[in-house]
Amino acid sequence: MTAIAEAPARLPVRKRRPLPFSGWHFFLLPVGVLFAIPFVQMFLTSVTPASEINKFPPRFIPSAISLDGYASLFGTSDILLWLGNTLIVSSSAIASHLVLCSLAGYGFARLKFRGRHFGFFAVLATIMIPTQLLMIPTYILFSRVGLIDSLGAAIVPWLASAFGIFLMRQFFLSLPAELEEAAMIDGCTRLQVFFRVILPLAKPALATLAIFTLLGSWNDLVWPLIAINNDHAFTLQLGLANFQGTRRTQWSLLMAGNVVATLPLILFFVFAQKQFIATMTFSGLKG
Amino acid sequence: MTAVVDRVSTGPGPTVPRPEARDSKKRRRLLESLEGWGFVAPALVIVLGLSIFPAIWAFFLSLEKWNGFSEPVNVGFANYQQMVGDTELQDALGHTILYVVLFVPTSVGLGLFLAVALNRNIRFIGIYRTAIFIPFVASAAVTGILTTYLFNPQFGLFNNILRVLGLPQQGWLEDPAQAMVVITIMSLWGQAAFTTVIYLAALQDMPGELMEAARIDGANKWQVFWQVVWPQLTPVTVFATIWQVIGAIQLFDLVYTTTRGGPLNATQTIVYYLWQTAFQKLDFGFGSAIAYGLFALTLLITIGVVIYSRRTKIEAF
Repeated sequence: MTAIAEAPARLPVRKRRPLPFSGWHFFLLPVGVLFAIPFVQMFLTSVTPASEINKFPPRFIPSAISLDGYASLFGTSDILLWLGNTLIVSSSAIASHLVLCSLAGYGFARLKFRGRHFGFFAVLATIMIPTQLLMIPTYILFSRVGLIDSLGAAIVPWLASAFGIFLMRQFFLSLPAELEEAAMIDGCTRLQVFFRVILPLAKPALATLAIFTLLGSWNDLVWPLIAINNDHAFTLQLGLANFQGTRRTQWSLLMAGNVVATLPLILFFVFAQKQFIATMTFSGLKG
Repeated sequence: MTAVVDRVSTGPGPTVPRPEARDSKKRRRLLESLEGWGFVAPALVIVLGLSIFPAIWAFFLSLEKWNGFSEPVNVGFANYQQMVGDTELQDALGHTILYVVLFVPTSVGLGLFLAVALNRNIRFIGIYRTAIFIPFVASAAVTGILTTYLFNPQFGLFNNILRVLGLPQQGWLEDPAQAMVVITIMSLWGQAAFTTVIYLAALQDMPGELMEAARIDGANKWQVFWQVVWPQLTPVTVFATIWQVIGAIQLFDLVYTTTRGGPLNATQTIVYYLWQTAFQKLDFGFGSAIAYGLFALTLLITIGVVIYSRRTKIEAF
């Protein structure tokens, strides 16, 4: 689509030249439809009247739009509380990741201090450790410090990550060192150089890191499932997973819950598609 | 990001102090060390404190019998011995291998296929790309609800399509022979974007000259792809395969949100069994031993593939 938008600027003579038809459409169209079906079904079912849901034969498109699913979702469950909890977890995860990982990434990329090689090696080594190995001791540790069953249990593991440190270090290594040297000669301290000169240049890397943290912390299920049993501290994902047992057949309510949990990320994706793709590519190339 | 920018409000800093010439070198090195550790320490404490420290602790736990309340009893390597004779664990390993075999080749193959299809400038390509990439944001909880609905034997979309086509109805998640296939299909739906994106990045970085040259020499598109493009993609293929294998071995959350290990334990994976052992039966010692077994398996596979690719001179690492 960008190609269509740019074409008039580059070739003013040939206005809106349609792109040639390609045989690939015969492949891409059905594949695209298949990939779209689950989300389309999710939106449609969330507005299907209760009377039509368990009807046979089932309908793909409801005959009328009903907001009953949303009404009972907001009226009979704690979804707003869980949404608030998830917002707290994700926003503190993102804020903390951006500050701590960029500080550490900069330290490892630019500062010369004793033990830096060992420290960075230790960070890389942790990427190899599967999270399953950490669940039991972390659960015991958190229960000793009183974090279990509180929102803090979901927040603390997301304050910083090896991936974040690695990503920021790689980015800072790619910046020319002369920039900081000039600022240091002008009498700035390291911290001032970092916040005034370096961070403003790091926006693309920070965007990648923010999306990585948002996706991970928003969608995390395994750890909250282990650490939080108290439904006042449920995250959105935990609440949804719990619905499957308690609201088994209330499909329009379940799908409305799915929409609440997914729509923010879908909108984010549509508006920041480039950064999302950069995040996916980088998270694949870290190995 | 605003939080970071707000911090820049401090005024111009004090000028760098100039200590006496003698001590200055030593002092400056100390200051540099303090400054360096000051930058890295906060993140380092969290990352290492929540990984290396618990990983070591898990090893000591694996030598105990402990339920979290009573006095822990040291049992040496009995938990590891118990793993050898545990038939439920062997079944779980079998189900995990089945998932790896179903998921890894299809996700790598589908990624390659979609990347090749999307790597062209045709109409609606942006819409196709969005449709294929967007499921990546769906969480396991969301995907679980969608799966149980779409594959519902009574009124799910897929059985309805089969009914309209006059084909026999399937049990899907309720059929022990099909449940893992359904989980694989929905994993592919959510994660195809990942392999597609890394193949797409590699295809777009590829210099065009070789392909041009091959085409001038009379190769058709099919030959150009398999003899020029595909060999150059090998590092990506090796990497994607390892990455997907490691992820597939750790399958848990989609099982939890769809079948909870059923029907008839057909989808009980290693990590699901580990979770049940540790957090439902509260057998922390045996759970830690299984976790170490899983870690060893992951390391062996990774090291094996790295050595293999070094030997065959594939430069993936």
